[in-house]
Amino acid sequence: MTRYVLSRIGQALLVLWAAFTLSFILLQAMPGDAVLIKFLSPDYGLSPEQIQAIREAYAVDGSLPTQYLRTLVNFLTGNFGYSIQAGVPVSAQLATNLPPTLTLASLGFVAAVTLAVTVAALSALAPFAWLRNLVHSVPSLLISVPVFWLGIMLIQIFSFRLKLVSVINPGPWESLVLPVATLAVPIAAPLAQILIRSIDEIRTRPFIAVAVAKGATQRRILWRHVAGNAILPALTIAGVLFGELIAGAVVTETVFGLNGIGILTEKAVSNQDLSVLQAIVVISAAAFVTINLLVDFLYPILDPRLRTRSGATA
Amino acid sequence: MTNSNQSVLEVRNLSISYGDGDRRNGVVHDVSFSVAAGEVVALVGESGSGKTTTAQSVLGLLAGSGRVDAGSILLNGEDISRWNEKRLRGIRGPVVSLIPQDPSNSLNPVLAVGTQVREILEIHGRLSRKEADRRVIELLTHVGLPEPELRARQYPHELSGGMKQRVLIAIAIALKPALIIADEPTSALDVTVQRRILDLIDDLRREHGTSLLLVTHDLGIAADRSDRLVVLQNGRIQEEGPTPAVLAAPKSAYTRKLLSDAPSLAVKTNRPALDLSKPELVTVTGLTIDFDLPGRQRFRAVDGVSFSVPQGSTHAIVGESGSGKTTTIRAISGFQKASGGGIRIGETDVASLTSGTLRPFRRKVQLVYQNPWGSLDPKQTIFSIVEEPLLNFDPLPKPERASRVEAIIERVGLPTSVLSRLPHALSGGQRQRVAIARALVLEPEVVVLDEAVSALDVTVQAQILSLLGELQRDLGLTYLFVSHDLAVVRQIADTVSVLHNGRQVDYGPVEQIFERPTSDYTRELIEAVPGRKFPHHLHIAAQAAGQVS
Repeated sequence: MTRYVLSRIGQALLVLWAAFTLSFILLQAMPGDAVLIKFLSPDYGLSPEQIQAIREAYAVDGSLPTQYLRTLVNFLTGNFGYSIQAGVPVSAQLATNLPPTLTLASLGFVAAVTLAVTVAALSALAPFAWLRNLVHSVPSLLISVPVFWLGIMLIQIFSFRLKLVSVINPGPWESLVLPVATLAVPIAAPLAQILIRSIDEIRTRPFIAVAVAKGATQRRILWRHVAGNAILPALTIAGVLFGELIAGAVVTETVFGLNGIGILTEKAVSNQDLSVLQAIVVISAAAFVTINLLVDFLYPILDPRLRTRSGATA
Repeated sequence: MTNSNQSVLEVRNLSISYGDGDRRNGVVHDVSFSVAAGEVVALVGESGSGKTTTAQSVLGLLAGSGRVDAGSILLNGEDISRWNEKRLRGIRGPVVSLIPQDPSNSLNPVLAVGTQVREILEIHGRLSRKEADRRVIELLTHVGLPEPELRARQYPHELSGGMKQRVLIAIAIALKPALIIADEPTSALDVTVQRRILDLIDDLRREHGTSLLLVTHDLGIAADRSDRLVVLQNGRIQEEGPTPAVLAAPKSAYTRKLLSDAPSLAVKTNRPALDLSKPELVTVTGLTIDFDLPGRQRFRAVDGVSFSVPQGSTHAIVGESGSGKTTTIRAISGFQKASGGGIRIGETDVASLTSGTLRPFRRKVQLVYQNPWGSLDPKQTIFSIVEEPLLNFDPLPKPERASRVEAIIERVGLPTSVLSRLPHALSGGQRQRVAIARALVLEPEVVVLDEAVSALDVTVQAQILSLLGELQRDLGLTYLFVSHDLAVVRQIADTVSVLHNGRQVDYGPVEQIFERPTSDYTRELIEAVPGRKFPHHLHIAAQAAGQVS
């Protein structure tokens, strides 16, 4: 078991390193650099010699291998470099922009899981057949809704028409309600779909008939026998959907004007602020890798069949 | 509530249908029978006879759209057929319980075995957690599981099929019900395990005076284990009565057919004696196959198997699950590299085949698999399924291909009208004929039949077996016949290898294996075959009349 854990952690670190290297190569391959974009502007009126000096100060010159090694060492020591556009350390920018995104993403994830489980449970337990069928078709509807459209609709309906959530000077929680909902829905939909499908599949298994023959209630069968089995495929999807969450956060922040990683990314891309982009790529990759590592560790806890993986099958 | 002369179960004029609205499909029609206290009643029939549906209705367990349209189901004198779920839950477990068909899928894979036994006590009992745990161990001991404390903590995938069925029996007897419904309780198990499980059910049933409703397609089991027989066909009762009486003198034509089609060990083959002048087509010498296990271990699946098969004869490879029989034929068909020993088919040394010579070899050796539902592509028409091997090997013009396909389809006894259909429109027997046609269209020398008749009903099985015999005589085919069913082997084989844990424990002509087996294992295997109380006079009469091949 320890061997399994260690090897999975090793693989995760390898993925992180690959993400760093690939993003470094791609970013370097872009024509021009941030220093040129900012300081070539006639507003500054700098001579080519002065620009060269600035380039050296920001360490954007030098051969690629030296730059690569320098950046790698800096990242390993927690130094993400300077944002050329803002003129502050990237870590300082992250410190202001990361917390809102983290709050949004984690609340969005929790909301998505809650929503998905509720929909799935309703589709299995609702008292009337028409209601079960209705709930059954909800995920396929929601899955086709684009994030930006949903965000705009939610603002239109809840803020402007119903005036339930104010857009001007909202409280800390008020400001989160609509973005979290916007983010949660497109993630909840595929999750609910997978859950419903596996619940339907598990319910036809012979061990469910055995549970019924024991005299178990529908509720007991769902929570005791179906849930534990149906959650396994949903868990894998949940890990993959986390990537969706990061992408969704960028759009959501733009729509709701939240000062998070999404806004930071958008600005850094338009300014070719390489240090910022590099840091964002690595942090996103780290988040993704961590979530999937957790999923991998959860699996053997939830499914006893995966615990004895090294045991002989004979 | 119960009085002693009352039936535990009485089914009166029961009709059940599936489907919705106006398009309901009747599957059980006007069925009546009863089960007295302590009695074993066998519901016998082929697939689609309504036997499982009838048994499920007694538990109120009809699947999906199933509904009782008419009639009544009296349990201890009370009609439960119109009870709601809540009332039914009260009797499931304490009054009537279930031993299911497929032990491997009938336990929840993510819950410990002990938890699943304890559940039935939790639902109905007023036992404390500690008392319930003690009772679980008691029950697991009672059904003959070694180390019950350990078993209770284990998960289903850590137990063998027979052990899982013991756990399910422990659940079924936990609350000492008046009636147990056993739905094909051993059809998924090996024959020696089957015998032990049936013995266990018998012992426990006698101990508590429990009645048993035994649902089975296996007439041998019904003959050996039941007091009374109910024979169903297409949802109607064909015959009912005390088992010995029904077996001795079946009144209905259907029962007689069922009995004569059932393979039996007592029937001697009327196959012609082996023609020793024929050259040997398949020769296997000292075949050994190892598999790598994690952690540098090796597992020997096949250990020194040798046999030779004369052209035009049938060699049967017999064994239980894990015996290495499937691995052996995979090696012979060129799907699995041998670790040692040699395989020769005609002039070809199978071990020396390269990717270039493997393809032409494949047309000499063709396979027919067990499951006619899984081995045919559901999206292809029968024509293109049978045509495909020709496209792979023979660049024939289209009209000639079509006439080859039509000829072989007619040869296996199907009308050419099936060619435009999809597999799902065909019955199991028809599909297996298509699979045989697909194998034969390339005119192979050797046909490997991997449990090719095991999934079929007895009457269909008898038809396919006689077709195989006919094709062998007419086309001079050589068969390798893999089976766990000794009665079928006795009918079709000329020579037999018995495998046990990868070793060949017996090898010889079929008469010698069945009448003078050399190994204890073969003897145990033969003794475990159900059907000792079988009316062999029927077989022998049918054989004399030329109905059995």
